[in-house]
Amino acid sequence: MIFHTGVLALVAGSLIVLIMTLFSVAIALRIIIGWDITKSTAKQLILERQTYLVATIMKYVMGFQILSLFLFVYTADDIHKLFVGAMCATGSLNANPIGWSVLFAKIVIFFLCTMWLAINRVDELAEDYPLVRFKYKYLIALAPVIALEAYWQLDYFLGLRANVITSCCSSLFSDEGITVASSLASLPVGPSMYVFYGAGAVEIVLLFLLMKRPGSSPSLRYISGAWSLIFFIVSVASIISFVSIYYYETPVHHCPFDLLQKQYMFIGYPLYGSLFGGILFSMAAAVTEPFKKIDSIRTEIHNAQRRWTKISILLIIVFIIIATWPIVFSNFRAYD
Amino acid sequence: MKGNGRIIEYALSTLARRKFKNFSIAVVFSALIAVLSSILFLTHAYKTETLKLLDNSPEIILQNMSGGRHELIPTEYIKTLSGIAGVGQITPRYWGYYYDSLTSANYTLMAVDENMRDIQLIDGRMPQTDTECAVGRGVADLRQAGLKDDFFLITGAELSVNLKIVGIFTANSAILTNDLVVMTKDSLIKFFNMPADKATDITVEVNNPAEVSMVARKIRRAFPNSRPILKNELIRTYDNIFNWRGGIVLTMFFGAIAAFMIFVWDKATGINAQERREIGILKAIGWETADVLTLKFWEGAVVATGSFLTGLILAYVHVFYFNAQFLAPVLKGWSVLFPRFQPMPYIDIYQIFVLFFLTVVPYVAASVVPSWKAAISDPDAVMR
Repeated sequence: MIFHTGVLALVAGSLIVLIMTLFSVAIALRIIIGWDITKSTAKQLILERQTYLVATIMKYVMGFQILSLFLFVYTADDIHKLFVGAMCATGSLNANPIGWSVLFAKIVIFFLCTMWLAINRVDELAEDYPLVRFKYKYLIALAPVIALEAYWQLDYFLGLRANVITSCCSSLFSDEGITVASSLASLPVGPSMYVFYGAGAVEIVLLFLLMKRPGSSPSLRYISGAWSLIFFIVSVASIISFVSIYYYETPVHHCPFDLLQKQYMFIGYPLYGSLFGGILFSMAAAVTEPFKKIDSIRTEIHNAQRRWTKISILLIIVFIIIATWPIVFSNFRAYD
Repeated sequence: MKGNGRIIEYALSTLARRKFKNFSIAVVFSALIAVLSSILFLTHAYKTETLKLLDNSPEIILQNMSGGRHELIPTEYIKTLSGIAGVGQITPRYWGYYYDSLTSANYTLMAVDENMRDIQLIDGRMPQTDTECAVGRGVADLRQAGLKDDFFLITGAELSVNLKIVGIFTANSAILTNDLVVMTKDSLIKFFNMPADKATDITVEVNNPAEVSMVARKIRRAFPNSRPILKNELIRTYDNIFNWRGGIVLTMFFGAIAAFMIFVWDKATGINAQERREIGILKAIGWETADVLTLKFWEGAVVATGSFLTGLILAYVHVFYFNAQFLAPVLKGWSVLFPRFQPMPYIDIYQIFVLFFLTVVPYVAASVVPSWKAAISDPDAVMR
C-alpha cells in the first residue's frame, strides 16, 4: 500500500460513492415493489417523492465517478516515480495489472451512469413516470459494478509495492523489484490512420442521416449506437497508435495519459472530453429508442434524440479535428 | 422551470437570511479545507525541494559493509572501480557526524574536495590550511560566531581542536549546508582518527544514465561486501517517505472529516419552522420538488465553493508565508539544526482534485438526504 494523498482521496471517495449507491438501491427496491401509479395512497406519494432523492443522489454519484476517472489517471501518473522503469501512468498501471481493470471499469461505469441519467431525463419529462421500474432495475444492476470497481481499486493500491531502500542489508535494491514495462503495445501508424478516418466517416454519416431524417427506422438508431461504441474503441486505439506520437513529436512515446499533462497544454481534456461526450450522446439517443413505444413520452424522446444527435455530431467533429491537428500542422512526420 | 440564474440569486438571499447557521458551516468547512490543503502543499514543497537537491547528487554512492553495518571504505577500491567501463569521475568522500554537547546539536563534518571549490554560496572562502574551516549559517548562529572567529571542537580523546572560521555558507543554501562544518581532509582524518587508507564512502559518476544499474551490478560483483546506492533509489525513497508522512497526517484528520459530516448532517436536518414555511410558500406559488432541490443544490454549491476558496487561501498563506508553522515539525522530521526553509509556492489541478474528493464529496454525501427531506415538505402542512 502506498500512503499517498491521492490514493487516500480515491479510496475514501469510492467508499462514499458506494454507500450513496447502496442507499439508492435500498430505496429502488422499495419503489420497484410498491410502485403503482394508478393509486393515490400515502405510500405511493412517498415513493414518488423518493424518486427525487434517488435521482439527486445518482447525479452526484455520476459526477464523482467522472472526476474519479481523472483523479485515478492523475494519481497513477504521480506515483510512477516509485517504480523502477516506470515513466508515466502506464508504468504505474503495469506495476499491478489490476490497475487496467480499474481504469476500464471506471470508463464502463461512466457510460452506464450517463445512460441511466439519459433514461431518467426522458422519464422525468413525462407526467406518469413510465420508466420507473426499468430505471430502478437498471440501478440495482449498476450497483454491483460500482462495488466491484471500488474493490478492484482498493486491491490495486494495496498490491502496489514501491521499490525503495527499505533495509540495511547489503544488496542492490533495484534488482529486487521487477522493472515494469513503461510502454503500451500499439498498432502500426499507417493502417490505424485508415481505420480511424474510415470509422470516423461512417460515424459522422450515420449521425448526419439521423439528424436529417429523425423519423428514420429504429434499426438505424441501433446501428449508430453500436457503431459509436466501435468508434470509441477505434479512437482510443488510434490515440495510442498515432495521435499521441504526433502530439509528443517522438515516434516511440505512445502514452495515452501524458496528453493530460501541462507540457502538452492539457490537450487531453478537450480531446477525451469531446470523444467521451460525442459517444455518450450518440449512445443515449440509441438507448432511449425502445421507449418510443410508450405514448406518453414518444414526443419527448423524439425531441431529446434530435438534440442529442446534434450535440454528438458536433463533439465528434471537434474530436476528429483535435486528433488531426498535429498531423497536419506539427513538424513531426511519422514517415519520410 | 425557472432559470438557474434566478435560482442562484434566490439561493444567495436565503443564505444571507440565515447568516449565523451558514456562517458556522462555512467556518468549520474552511478550517478543514485549510488543514488538508496545508498538508498537500507542504508535502509537495518538501518533495520538490528534495528532488531538486538529489538532482545534483552522484549517480552511485558506494558504501562498504561489514557485519551488515556501514563501514569505512578502502580507497584502493578506486583502482578497480576506474577499470569498469562507463564509469566517470570517482571521488572518495570523508565526512562524519559530531555531537556538540555545548549546543546540544549534531553537526555534519565534511572534508573539502575538488567539487566544492567553485561553490558560490559562501561569505569568505573555503578552508585551505588545517586550522581553517567553513561553517553553515545554522552552526554559526548557534555558536554565535562570525568570520575570523575561533571555532573549537572536542575530539573523542577529550582534546580540543581549534579552527578559524574563514567562510560561512549563505542562507540560500541552508537546506544543504545548515549543519555543515567543512575542513581540510587531513584535519578531518586526524579529528575522527580515521585510518589513512580509508574513506567514508566513494561517489561514482556514470557517463550514460542508462548504464547505471549495470555499473552498480558490476561493482557488486567486484566487491561483494559493498553497497551501491543509486540516485534513483534515493529519489524514490524520499518520495515515498514524504508520501507516507503526508498520508499519515491526512489519515489522522479522517476523524475530523467524519465529525464534519455529522455536523453538516445535523445543521441541514435541523431546519426551523421559518425555513419550512418558506419552502411551503415556494411550493404553493408553483415551485416543484425538483426546483427546490435545485435551490438546495445551489445553496450547497455557494457554501462549498466559498469555503473551498477561503480554505485554499488560508492554507496558501499558512504554508508559503508563514512556513507552515503548525505542520512543518510533523512532516519534516526532527533535528535541532534543521534548516529554515521557505517552501516554493505551488498549486496544481491535481491537488485541487484531491482536496475536492476529501472535502466536497463528504459534504455532499452528508447534506443530500436532509435537503431532500426539506424539499418534499407539503405546502398545506407547513402553512397551516
